[in-house]
Amino acid sequence: MMESYINKGNKSTKVGFGEGVFLAATHLDEVVVLGADITASVGLDVFAKNFPERFFSLGIAEQNCVGVAAGLALSGKIPVFSTYGVFAALRTADHIRISVCYNNLHVIIGGAHAGISVGPDGATHQALEDIAVMRVMPNMTVISPCDATQTVLLTKRAIENLKGPVYIRFGREPVPDFTSEDQEIEIGKGQELCPGNDITLIATGHLVWEAIQAATQLREQGIHARVINLHTIKPIDAEIIIKAARETRRIVTLEEHQIHAGFGSAVAEIVVQNHPVKMKMIGINDRFGESGKPEELMHKFKLTADEIFYTVSRFLHDNL
Amino acid sequence: MTLHPITDSNSLKNISYEIRKDILRMLAEAGSGHTGGSLGLADVFTCLYFAAMNHQPENPQWDQRDRLILSIGHVAPVLYATLAHAGYFPKEELKTLRQLGSRLQGHPGRDHGLPGLELSAGSLGQGLSVAVGMALAAKLNRQTHRIYCILGDGELQEGSVWEAAMSAAHHHLDNIIAIVDRNQLQIDGKNSDVMEIEPLADKWKSFGWIVTECDGNNHSEVLDAIAFCKKQENKPQLILAHTKMGKGVKEIENDYHWHGKVPSKQQAEDFILHLTK
Repeated sequence: MMESYINKGNKSTKVGFGEGVFLAATHLDEVVVLGADITASVGLDVFAKNFPERFFSLGIAEQNCVGVAAGLALSGKIPVFSTYGVFAALRTADHIRISVCYNNLHVIIGGAHAGISVGPDGATHQALEDIAVMRVMPNMTVISPCDATQTVLLTKRAIENLKGPVYIRFGREPVPDFTSEDQEIEIGKGQELCPGNDITLIATGHLVWEAIQAATQLREQGIHARVINLHTIKPIDAEIIIKAARETRRIVTLEEHQIHAGFGSAVAEIVVQNHPVKMKMIGINDRFGESGKPEELMHKFKLTADEIFYTVSRFLHDNL
Repeated sequence: MTLHPITDSNSLKNISYEIRKDILRMLAEAGSGHTGGSLGLADVFTCLYFAAMNHQPENPQWDQRDRLILSIGHVAPVLYATLAHAGYFPKEELKTLRQLGSRLQGHPGRDHGLPGLELSAGSLGQGLSVAVGMALAAKLNRQTHRIYCILGDGELQEGSVWEAAMSAAHHHLDNIIAIVDRNQLQIDGKNSDVMEIEPLADKWKSFGWIVTECDGNNHSEVLDAIAFCKKQENKPQLILAHTKMGKGVKEIENDYHWHGKVPSKQQAEDFILHLTK
């Protein structure tokens, strides 16, 4: 039921990440955190204050952080390394590929400041290519939670239950926190948040909330849009995607990321190989971001509920 | 049982001689690989695995073992041959190097299950960071084992090595002994022509390391250098091990063309006939 999603108050997903790490660390002595000079910006200051002996400051040296994390993991620790996604995933790519992924080590990499909603810092600090680069790495799990509550749950679970490398993507801006603390959630399984058989909106990250709002507007026009939250991009929930393709015949994907090689492409890889249907990919279309207020940028890049409603309506009526 | 250290130079020389024979034969059999650096490091590896390191070949996962991180994965043949001689796996397996399905991958790959292998590596500039992580973990666990890390001199052109060097000193990781294979050569030629890395000792000292130098092809000098490092406290240590690329085979010594070239099977046997101890 769509009415059941109520914003409990805006909260940043980075805060959720920090809480998830802290909660896991309170009962797992193996959890250690590597600081790359922006510890508070990525929500890890709570851990650093509470577990100073397990917090290692490594300075502005992301490639080294990744290798150090690998060495800690090889020694039985569960290292968490986080910085802005542009550096965490892109500057370090070869180090992640060899030292972490080829060695298949349980290293948690937090990609902060994901998406265009980072705002005024502009293009250099808006991670729009991290999903593409992280999901192509063998052994890597890629997680992109939709709100702060879900980020806490998935971060904690990824630390506690997974074995290999994990990339968790989260944002800076406070966004609606609407999922429940006792929600059914499993890494690798999508969540159907709204029922519908006319079209499916498959979203990840902050755009899940926008997708729900767009679906509400569509329903007022008599269009019943299914909304799916894929909080795990890899391994991807093929079953829920194929079912949506079969039952709703059209799929729209939504991501705060380049549509090329990103989340929409990951969904398309499943669709075209199993049950081809027409798709529309909403995201950033092969360009850099820019400075502006988060809400201005979301509007400019057509990522708000109103813009999504308009894009989906055109896709349905005019096949555009 | 921990391997009993061998400190007699003649015995160590004999082991290095046998390791070099295996390196030449396995590379000739494989038909590709890195001959020069592998031969040059045979003495350092012999000293580490037969004298300096505390390890148990029959129990490769022993928690208190000294770790060896090979950052320059391309000299895998010297690591494989040494591990086999130390008893980690049968020497017979050395001839499968680089073949499909072999545990002896072209560059070390842990996913293939070779005992004694600490790290999958081959992309330069990453190993010292991993050593720093292992050293931090040992300190956190109050363990006393050491982390050895083998670096190439050309590899020091990678910026990430210096990120790692800075962090080891910042965290006072006196449980790291890094050894630079200082043969002065890389694929394109001399380090000094490709990209000057000197003054090397001063660079490491300025990064907060204790630096010592030795003839990396002289067992007693290598052992003395390691013994010196083991006495140090509060700072990580670096050994500049001056080696000859291709050491032992006069025809190819100090010839950078042999960085990534291998002998034919006949040539390997000729080299072995004249191999110097």
